[in-house]
Amino acid sequence: MNSIFSIHTIRFIALVFVQVLILNHINFLGYINPYIYILFIALFPVKNNRVVLIMLSFLLGITIDMFSDTGGIHAGASVFIAYIRPVILKSSFGMIYEHQSIKFNTVDFGSKLTYFTLLTVLHHFVLFSLEIFSISKIIFIFQKTLFSSIFTIIISIAVTIIFTRKSK
Amino acid sequence: MQQIINFIIRNKNFLLFLLLFGFSLLFTIQSHSYHKSKFINSANFLTGGVYNSINNVSSYFNLKSQNQLLSEENKQLRSLLLNNGINADSIFVDSLMFGKSYRFYTSNIIKNSYSLSNNVLTLNKGKTDSIKQDFGVISSKGIIGIIDKTSNNYSTVISILNTTSSISALLKNTNHLGSLIWDGDSSEFTQLTDIPKIAPVKIGDTIITSGQSSIFPKGIPIGVVTEFKLDQAENYYEINLKLFNDMTSVEHVYIIENVNKEEIKNLLSNN
Repeated sequence: MNSIFSIHTIRFIALVFVQVLILNHINFLGYINPYIYILFIALFPVKNNRVVLIMLSFLLGITIDMFSDTGGIHAGASVFIAYIRPVILKSSFGMIYEHQSIKFNTVDFGSKLTYFTLLTVLHHFVLFSLEIFSISKIIFIFQKTLFSSIFTIIISIAVTIIFTRKSK
Repeated sequence: MQQIINFIIRNKNFLLFLLLFGFSLLFTIQSHSYHKSKFINSANFLTGGVYNSINNVSSYFNLKSQNQLLSEENKQLRSLLLNNGINADSIFVDSLMFGKSYRFYTSNIIKNSYSLSNNVLTLNKGKTDSIKQDFGVISSKGIIGIIDKTSNNYSTVISILNTTSSISALLKNTNHLGSLIWDGDSSEFTQLTDIPKIAPVKIGDTIITSGQSSIFPKGIPIGVVTEFKLDQAENYYEINLKLFNDMTSVEHVYIIENVNKEEIKNLLSNN
């Protein structure tokens, strides 16, 4: 229990720092940034309490918001995906989720990709809707969601592959 | 009563989600209105400290280009000083005073931002350097923004690349007044509205600050007109202008305090 707790604390802090100090300043083609801090929410243990996850997501989001002066957009998007995560888990992993025995290191690549994609696209859509906050710019919201999602998914998959190899 | 408690326990996840999502929405809406966001800003002790220590290292990477900018500005000021017939040897000229009614402070940007639709910058000067809300921020090339929140050692700036900001500006040639806004698209261009149809706008005209808002002195350069058209009602021009500043790589900035601001404010509020 103690080691799991400390792993998640370290992951939380590390992801916040990587996000605000490096990834927020990439601005590929002017506005495309990856938001890989959602890995914390994606890789949170399935068995744990949902209330804890929702609270921690809010904390994570509001920390990112504080660093990047964006009001509450990251907090809102993070809380949203933390709340609907069970639905996404069910639709991407199916039976394994029913038995409550998912280990993110051992699941096959295809369903992991589906899981990350669903989570990222939903998160980014809520994020950019809150950021731009205007129906008339819906095309721009979709555009930003699409490009940033591709970037985020590639980097999150790469990060998970690199870090699981190490722990073996 | 029993049923209400049961209902809360059954739906505790959903209720918690609604509560926290409501908080986030509240913070978001606050950040969209001018000078309203209270808690969540990067001028506090933790975020300011982190950005400052990172900036101590990262400022070395563009030292060369920043030095170039500063020496160019020095060249400009020197030629101004010598060509105006003022003998710098015998008369003491305090070039920091702008007609005695503006006070200048130097500062560094420790967090730049230009890709969002509401960009906010962080500076490494705060209350202890007597920086307050609504001071203007400029660089050697032109306007940057307006101070929003201050903590003891840091302050945040609402950049001109912010959809909530609106600064009064005028056409340098003809003194027609308009307001400078940003549509959120490109970090190189901003928009000028409310210039009346009668004004003779041309491509390449310079836009400067108007000096009417008691934040900026008159004549701080903003940008040049690149395209213009009449708005839907055909009474005013919508002008697209290219900024003099490259907002993606500003570092050394000046904060401007209008010394007479309180007096102007009192006068206006008495009426």
